Amino acid sequence: MPAVQETIEQVSAIDVDKYKYGFFTEIESELSPKGLNEDIVRYISAKKNEPEWLTEWRLEAFRRWQTMAEPTWARVDYPPIDFQDLHYYAAPKKTPGPKSLDEVDPELLRTYEKLGIPLREQELLAGVEGAAQPRVAVDAVFDSVSVVTTFKKELAKHGVIFCSISEAVREHPELVKKYLGSVVPTTDNYYATLNSAVFSDGSFVYIPKGVRCPMELSTYFRINEKNTGQFERTLIIADEGSYVSYLEGCTAPSRDENQLHAAVVELVALDDAEIKYSTVQNWYPGDAEGKGGIYNFVTKRGDCRGRNSKISWTQVETGSAITWKYPSCILRGDNSRGEFYSIAISNGKQQVDSGTKMIHLGKNTTSKIISKGIAAGKSDNTYRGLVQIGRKATGARNFTNCDSLLIGNKCGAHTVPYIESKNASAVVEHEATTSKISDDQMFYCLSRGLGEEEAIALIVNGFVRDVLQQLPMEFMVETQKLIGISLEGSVG
Amino acid sequence: MLEIKNLHARIDDREILKGLDLTVNPGEVHAIMGPNGAGKSTLSYILAGKDDYEVTEGEVLLNGVNILEMEPNERATAGLFLAFQYPIEIPGVASMTFLRAALNAHRKARGEGDITTPDFMRLIKDTAAKLNISPEMLKRPVNVGFSGGEKKRNEVMQMALLQPSFAILDETDSGLDIDALKVVADGVNALRSPDRSFVVITHYQRLLNYIVPDFVHVLSAGRIVASGGKELALDLEKNGYAGYVQDAA
Repeated sequence: MPAVQETIEQVSAIDVDKYKYGFFTEIESELSPKGLNEDIVRYISAKKNEPEWLTEWRLEAFRRWQTMAEPTWARVDYPPIDFQDLHYYAAPKKTPGPKSLDEVDPELLRTYEKLGIPLREQELLAGVEGAAQPRVAVDAVFDSVSVVTTFKKELAKHGVIFCSISEAVREHPELVKKYLGSVVPTTDNYYATLNSAVFSDGSFVYIPKGVRCPMELSTYFRINEKNTGQFERTLIIADEGSYVSYLEGCTAPSRDENQLHAAVVELVALDDAEIKYSTVQNWYPGDAEGKGGIYNFVTKRGDCRGRNSKISWTQVETGSAITWKYPSCILRGDNSRGEFYSIAISNGKQQVDSGTKMIHLGKNTTSKIISKGIAAGKSDNTYRGLVQIGRKATGARNFTNCDSLLIGNKCGAHTVPYIESKNASAVVEHEATTSKISDDQMFYCLSRGLGEEEAIALIVNGFVRDVLQQLPMEFMVETQKLIGISLEGSVG
Repeated sequence: MLEIKNLHARIDDREILKGLDLTVNPGEVHAIMGPNGAGKSTLSYILAGKDDYEVTEGEVLLNGVNILEMEPNERATAGLFLAFQYPIEIPGVASMTFLRAALNAHRKARGEGDITTPDFMRLIKDTAAKLNISPEMLKRPVNVGFSGGEKKRNEVMQMALLQPSFAILDETDSGLDIDALKVVADGVNALRSPDRSFVVITHYQRLLNYIVPDFVHVLSAGRIVASGGKELALDLEKNGYAGYVQDAA
């Protein structure tokens, strides 16, 4: 049997067993009644002890949402979602809010342990003696609530605020009020508006003027409950001259039903500030037949509000049944810079429609887009991107490179770039390639003793190398392994 | 030791090998020469296990085992190595990473664990120095942007690391200037040993001044049509293949 052919068959046979985060934690949960109406919105707001203005803000979004229609322009296909058949709030009982680690349900701690997410600070610190152990502060979000945030005290010494958004609403209302919805307005799009009405938890980060955040910040999202949607909301503000690197990871149990995840992430970078935002998205992708899996409808946007500010998105998308996601940059400040590095892998019957928008408004703004799409099995993988140069964006520059790699002959890769320029001085470059792993490359690797799966993983890791290098060191090796597991039939 | 018995093979509907016999004993170096289209590269690909060819008759025994039933990677870990005429590029994969993956695959097949980083670095450094390969080159992606000489040295480097019991060099001299040829030939000669055998496929006698064969064979129209000692290569250089091609026809 031709080597490549056999590998394709193995890859297409990938199923639930390969998804090692598919377990479910038995924990008593508090659920909102199914369905969505104004009472549910009030219920969520009340659960979180929110101030009146925020309840109103949510209700306004909800009313708006009722007038909107689901977008259909993406190259994805799924049965209609019954928005009344979902629980919009699910929280483990006993943990009304993030407290100290000792008060967290041990069952939850075991869950995170199983997921490989270190929540105990002392364990993190007790690394190899003398070695400079990289430290990562974690905000752990379980269904609709944040269960714990680590390293808060140490971060506070530097003036860095890292907590759940619910806590931020209570403790730092002035910041939340000022920035929430300022990048992704409540009216933005169907899913963002829905999120604004029912958002549950997520992370809040504020880096004060001139501070370089002393460690990586990360949020780990876990969907556990059945028939729930997760609507996380993340807000990161980098004040003048500050820097932060933030990473989010996501997993969910393997279930036959589809589950909805509709997040909104807003980033604000003021003068000379830099935000580096990395995502390793590994939601349950469904089985080989396309049964189950997460619908990932996400709005992520960064606002380079200040001069010389910079926002960089790096995403590794391996999970979800459907991904609909376009992390974008609004380059408002003069000389600001936006970057988007993406690896999107689809296998089985996964559908990915992802890309970015670079909106150049300020002078001498620059953007760079490097997208690597890998399609295997019967999946569809679309890059959709917009580069827009505004009238006043004199001297704007963009470079886009979209490469697609096909494994097998039942998958599809599509590139849909939009370029709109209203300023004659702008320079916009676009490069795109589509290729297959060649039989010659496979044979060369095999003739050196590598197995087919090792060979595919090696070639694909080579293909995505430019993007992998953008990830924080601590996550690079993990991600390389994840890429191998996502593509191989019998590894993992 | 390698035995090829009555090997027939075709690609699509074209029969390329038509009953090829060859026996290579341990420690021997055999040169196979022949005109274009004689089936020289086909032979090397079939031995290594490339899919495109269909073997219709015959067998190939490596140390008594019929390798035609084996996958290419199984043949490799069983001790067979093909130095490619046109080494393949693998963008984004550093040569070092590739070498290490290959080495570990061989170790795994022997039931050994992965090589440690210090051991690997030492091994690479020593081997590279012998083949006049710069450490810089090994950081670059496999064969991408390599000169002809670099590609061939890289092939010999892989061979030196993997220590095969049987190696086929497919026109390793093509595209090499005389200095690069000497480096490559020295690398091969350093690997000659009583328990390792080579088949050197070449167009020109020139290579055989540096890698001196024990036997020379002429391959024409899918069969070995003449065999002799190294003097046969000199005769071919002087008189060409014409006489042998007619014999085959």
